[in-house]
Amino acid sequence: MFDVIVIGSGIIGSYISRELSRYDLDVLVLEKENDVANGTSKANTALVHAGYDAKPNTNMAKFNVLGNSMFDKVCDELYVPFKRPGSLVLGFNDSDKNTIHDLYEKGIKNGVPGLSILDRKQLLELEPNIGDDVIIALHAATGGIVGPWELAIALMENAMDNGVSLNLNTEVIDIIKQESSFLVKTNQGEFESKILINAAGLFADTINNMVSNEKITINPVAGEYFLLDKTAQNLVSRVVFQCPSETSKGVVVTPTVHGNIVVGPDSIEILEKEDKATHKDRLDFIKNKALKSIKNIPFNENITNFTGLRASSTTGDFIIGEAKDVKGFINVAGIKSPGLSSAPAIGLYVSNLAVNILGDVKENSSFNPRRKKPLVFNDLTDDEKTEIIKKDKKYGNIICRCETVSEGEIVDCIKRNAGATTVDGVKKRVRPGMGRCQGGFCMPRVVEILSRELNIPMEEVMKNSKSSYILTGRTK
Amino acid sequence: MKNYDLVVVGGGPAGLGAAIKARENGIENILVLERDHELGGILNQCIHNGFGLHVFNEELTGPEYAEIFVEKLRESKIEYRTNTFVLNISNNKVLDIINDETGFEKIEAKAVILAMGCRERSRGALKIPGTRPSGVLTAGTAQRLVNINGYNVGKEIVILGSGDIGLIMARRLTLEGAKVKLVLEIMDKPSGLERNINQCLNDFDIPLRLSHTISDIKGNDRVESVVVAQVDENLNPIKSTEEEIKCDTLILSVGLIPENELSKSAGVLIDSKSNGPIVDENLETNVRGIFACGNVLHVHGLVDNVTKESYIAGEKAADYIKALA
Repeated sequence: MFDVIVIGSGIIGSYISRELSRYDLDVLVLEKENDVANGTSKANTALVHAGYDAKPNTNMAKFNVLGNSMFDKVCDELYVPFKRPGSLVLGFNDSDKNTIHDLYEKGIKNGVPGLSILDRKQLLELEPNIGDDVIIALHAATGGIVGPWELAIALMENAMDNGVSLNLNTEVIDIIKQESSFLVKTNQGEFESKILINAAGLFADTINNMVSNEKITINPVAGEYFLLDKTAQNLVSRVVFQCPSETSKGVVVTPTVHGNIVVGPDSIEILEKEDKATHKDRLDFIKNKALKSIKNIPFNENITNFTGLRASSTTGDFIIGEAKDVKGFINVAGIKSPGLSSAPAIGLYVSNLAVNILGDVKENSSFNPRRKKPLVFNDLTDDEKTEIIKKDKKYGNIICRCETVSEGEIVDCIKRNAGATTVDGVKKRVRPGMGRCQGGFCMPRVVEILSRELNIPMEEVMKNSKSSYILTGRTK
Repeated sequence: MKNYDLVVVGGGPAGLGAAIKARENGIENILVLERDHELGGILNQCIHNGFGLHVFNEELTGPEYAEIFVEKLRESKIEYRTNTFVLNISNNKVLDIINDETGFEKIEAKAVILAMGCRERSRGALKIPGTRPSGVLTAGTAQRLVNINGYNVGKEIVILGSGDIGLIMARRLTLEGAKVKLVLEIMDKPSGLERNINQCLNDFDIPLRLSHTISDIKGNDRVESVVVAQVDENLNPIKSTEEEIKCDTLILSVGLIPENELSKSAGVLIDSKSNGPIVDENLETNVRGIFACGNVLHVHGLVDNVTKESYIAGEKAADYIKALA
């Protein structure tokens, strides 16, 4: 019998698990995919919003502003890339001017610090590539950028270092509410827990509807993106929004924590929760929108395009809390934007909620908030490079040329708790294949390393999902 | 800090030819740096023949062609280091290098020859829409997996682009038992050599569709199909001509890009058309004493021409070094 089972290991499930690991509890995480952070957490704009967007007094407003303020500490503790370059919302006409003043007021109500309104001249000093038609902007000093899947992976690793168990490839098929516990039936057997937390992202409705009569619906809302080469990194230094619409915060042009530029997303409700295709017409739409914000975006330096799916609930707000009709069953559903920004506050809130329901819970006296610092070869000084290669020659073997990733880093990310098991899993953690050649040189080498370290045949190394095989057998 | 008269970055055909020629022109103190575990560069995975007709008047395989130069390099006692990655080149010709045995090191050169070759254009550069399953790979990556690692990459294959590596791989994969269903070329004429069209496609009854491209990729885990379409005069797919073709693999042979990140670190100016360094008639860049040759300078159709160019770079770099003394 576990004290808590968490379903889902995206940013939300991982954060809750890590917070729960501060207590002396038996916690199990069930993940249907073969890696953590394989859904919405790995395909989004990677922003930490300031919090002026959300309607005051909603869950979104409450968790976003608090969550934003918690990023510095957690990213420091877990060695996750995070920066606060600030963000801008651009206005092009009188109607936008009103919107920007409204956002400013909303931000003040939500308790967002560091807001100011800039005219074109002030704006040009900050962002020289701003579009010719921009007349005004809202500046939010606390706007941030983060490595979203890196944060989720680090949280899960740290949770596991502190005693949490993670079962990958484990899909929940049914949930039976028993007198004072839950029986969770999966494709890998049955598990029992006192508390059950639903952090299943796009599939949170399926999980909720297995056990609660208060049905919810989660719709996938797709957004497509461009990822540009680091050679484009001087284009903008802040997160650049346009005025938001009802459905989305609009097309963004933003730097990433690794020095690339991301352009996107659009926002289209779709039918299929697995449909992550990109489309030429939609990418063209994003391109034209973005060129209004920022001039001369070098789209010819595109590295890849991708689609992210937001888990949008029909209530329009986050659904967070114990289900009214099922004691001990906690929903954390409909976590679309600003979900990433809110994750630290949600993680803390839900963990407290679970602890309160359980009652009389002791702290985990050996809890360590830090994980082992991952070594980033490219960031080392010359002397440190020599030293680490002397200790382990794998650090002297560069596997990815574009991002200068060594074999040592790849082996390390496979061997850690919540370690990589796939080519994309390695890519998410230490970045081989993230660069301009998109794995052309390094992919075969990464497959070799995974095969060796996991002791599986080359043919069993997957790109990403369970059936995404790369090789089809030996040559003649 | 170790000093060399000449450091050659890259141990493929361009680097080998340049180093050998510089030695023939009297330069003693030469170092060739190679990131892979053996010399020869991409020739090592080109196990088909057709190399050397112009330089040696005979048809050699890639490894045979490389071996001639590797032998000569060894005979000339030119120093080389494999498994050695150049992290940075400064504009005063100090190179930051790492090697898994010797660690991090700075070395200084009087002259540098850039011979890093090129990389393949990826799906992202073409912005092909669709899902992102496994089974989409560049021709060179497929070639490495098949010829070096000894693994097949798919059973039913569509190839986009009629570049030479794509054509060679059409034949190679057919010989390995895969069904190559179709080769597509967006332009109205093939981009590879005529002999490769004949020997790799026609001889195996593999159809080539000109003025066609891929407008969509389907499949969540592994490629399940691609959508093929004819293109209009602006090279955009024509919707009414779209046809879905079942396959498990899409191979891209859609061009090569000179790999000049290191050149840029040294302050070398790059031509926006060729993507290679801007050089004078001596193949010298805007940074005095830094030369470039081979596919890092511009993409060559034949390795024989790379060799001829590398000889010029080797000779001119030798002249430069001798003039310093």
